[in-house]
Amino acid sequence: MQPVIDVRGAVKRYGQGESSIFALDGVDLVIEAGEYVAIMGPSGSGKSTLMNIMGALDNMTAGEYFLDGIEISSMDENALSVVRGRKIGFIFQSFNLIPRTTALANVELPMAYQGIKAAERKMRALKALDVVGLSDRVNHEPTELSGGQQQRVAVARALATRPSLLLADEPTGALDSKSTSDLLDLFDQINAAGRTVVVITHEMDVAQRAKRIIRMRDGKIISDSLNAELAR
Amino acid sequence: MNFLEILRFAFRGLTINRLRTFLTTLGIMIGVSSVIILTAVGNGSSKAVQSSLDRLGTNSIQVRSGSGGFGLRARAVSNNTKPLTVDDAVALINPTQAPDIKSAAPVMNANATCVNGTSTSTPATFSGTWPTYFEASNTAIAKGVYFSNDDVTQGRRVAVIGNTTATELFGTDNPIGQTVRCGGIPFTIIGTTEVKGSSGFQDGDSLFLAPITAVQNSLTGYQPLSTIIVEAKSAKTTDAAQTEIQTILDARHKVKSSASRDYRLFNQATLLATSSSSSKVFTVLLAAVAGISLLVGGIGITNIMLVTVIERTREIGIRKAIGAPKRAILSQFLIEATILSLVGGALGVLGGLVGSHFTIVGVKPVIMPSSIFLAFGVSVLIGLFFGGYPASRAASLRPIEALRYE
Repeated sequence: MQPVIDVRGAVKRYGQGESSIFALDGVDLVIEAGEYVAIMGPSGSGKSTLMNIMGALDNMTAGEYFLDGIEISSMDENALSVVRGRKIGFIFQSFNLIPRTTALANVELPMAYQGIKAAERKMRALKALDVVGLSDRVNHEPTELSGGQQQRVAVARALATRPSLLLADEPTGALDSKSTSDLLDLFDQINAAGRTVVVITHEMDVAQRAKRIIRMRDGKIISDSLNAELAR
Repeated sequence: MNFLEILRFAFRGLTINRLRTFLTTLGIMIGVSSVIILTAVGNGSSKAVQSSLDRLGTNSIQVRSGSGGFGLRARAVSNNTKPLTVDDAVALINPTQAPDIKSAAPVMNANATCVNGTSTSTPATFSGTWPTYFEASNTAIAKGVYFSNDDVTQGRRVAVIGNTTATELFGTDNPIGQTVRCGGIPFTIIGTTEVKGSSGFQDGDSLFLAPITAVQNSLTGYQPLSTIIVEAKSAKTTDAAQTEIQTILDARHKVKSSASRDYRLFNQATLLATSSSSSKVFTVLLAAVAGISLLVGGIGITNIMLVTVIERTREIGIRKAIGAPKRAILSQFLIEATILSLVGGALGVLGGLVGSHFTIVGVKPVIMPSSIFLAFGVSVLIGLFFGGYPASRAASLRPIEALRYE
């Protein structure tokens, strides 16, 4: 079985010539299906850049990227939008729900862009909202939900498309500790169901829930190991 | 992703800021309705001028004193100008010298206020003339009788009045047989004319016609005539009749060359040509003004859509991150702009239709159906055209930059 993520020699450079900065300086990374990976590092280490590239939101200066065996690095914007919709579920630090739109409509939206029929869409969205425990908040708009609830809507939105990869960028950054532990429990549950989860964080206790921890610094991977605590 | 869904997104986008949506729509609405109303006013005024000229009679030629423009009285009484006289009119009725002239009638205009008890009226046209005037000027009697040649020879103070004058003096009473005092002189009303309607700038029914002898005897004295109205035998012989008038009057006024003529001729055809070309310019001018306001409305749409795109950059980023194709974003914003202009255009057509029911500066607007389709079509195109740029900007935002936007 091919890996979900296969990044080879990824380079991301900002600026030209002398003053150029390498946000990614030759990163090789393979993540197999069903893994639960945390990527850690201080700000400026390149972890967010790596996440944007893995999420097909940004392009590389050099290198190759295969997602589910498909080469992404040479795709055009239209093809990339299809990949983002079908293969990747995003969870952002600032939730990024569409304002003035109900939880249900938010969860349905990526499926709408994929052209899934309204009836099936609604059924899948309701199911996903049930999984994250928000069956009673289906018709609430983002402003009527707490931060933890909003993030769970975002998780439902990411799950409903049945993506190969769940990509979370500082998912707990804006949450209190109770919501954080609820969300991390949810991630455990999702991963236990067989979904690949990649979490980008700088918080140790968040990273500790993952099975594999990758540390970055100055655009390079400096360590890549199985979670010591889990291994113990 | 079907069209209906994108339409729903677009509608939702428009309801976010209702006041802004309304004001933008208002811009297009004003543009469209002003195109419709202003072209209707232009059209209406040219129709009014045309119908007032039709009313003059198709075969009629007016002879006026003076070598200058319309009614330049100062020239008429200058030294080397012989005034028009009743004898000139008599001379024109000459079957041998002027076989194409059917009739000629001298017209003596006066200014007089008529009084009946407490009611007063100052007719816009107060003229002394001959009975042939009625046919030459297309004036028909509704009630009563015309005055006769006998009335003219006897100088009887009888009069035929227009509808407006009748209403002002007698209200709903029957004016026939009643007596009014005009400039202190009593006149007996013997007939009323058929309603002519307003000719744009002058009320055709504010009319008082009496035998020329009565007017001269009691009101004006023996001044020069205002005009002589000549009727040609048919529309075809108008040109021939005109030449005959010139031959006769040149001889009587001792005119040596056409440049030194002391009278001028006006016929239906020349008046029509002048007025229709001037009213065409008028209509084009109005349409241009209206077109500019439509354009301004269109720029308003671009402006608002650009603001909307910037405001919703982050939302666009989210949509792209969860798999929205470029085409979906493009159509969403394009449809938003088109809805704005479509609704504005529809309201504008409505406003134009309503507005055209009112008389504007004395002109009854006549809607040109083509202007409705044109204005509405242009407004929709404006939506697509002016909405296109902001929409394509939204669609080509890079998701990573859009997401970072605060």
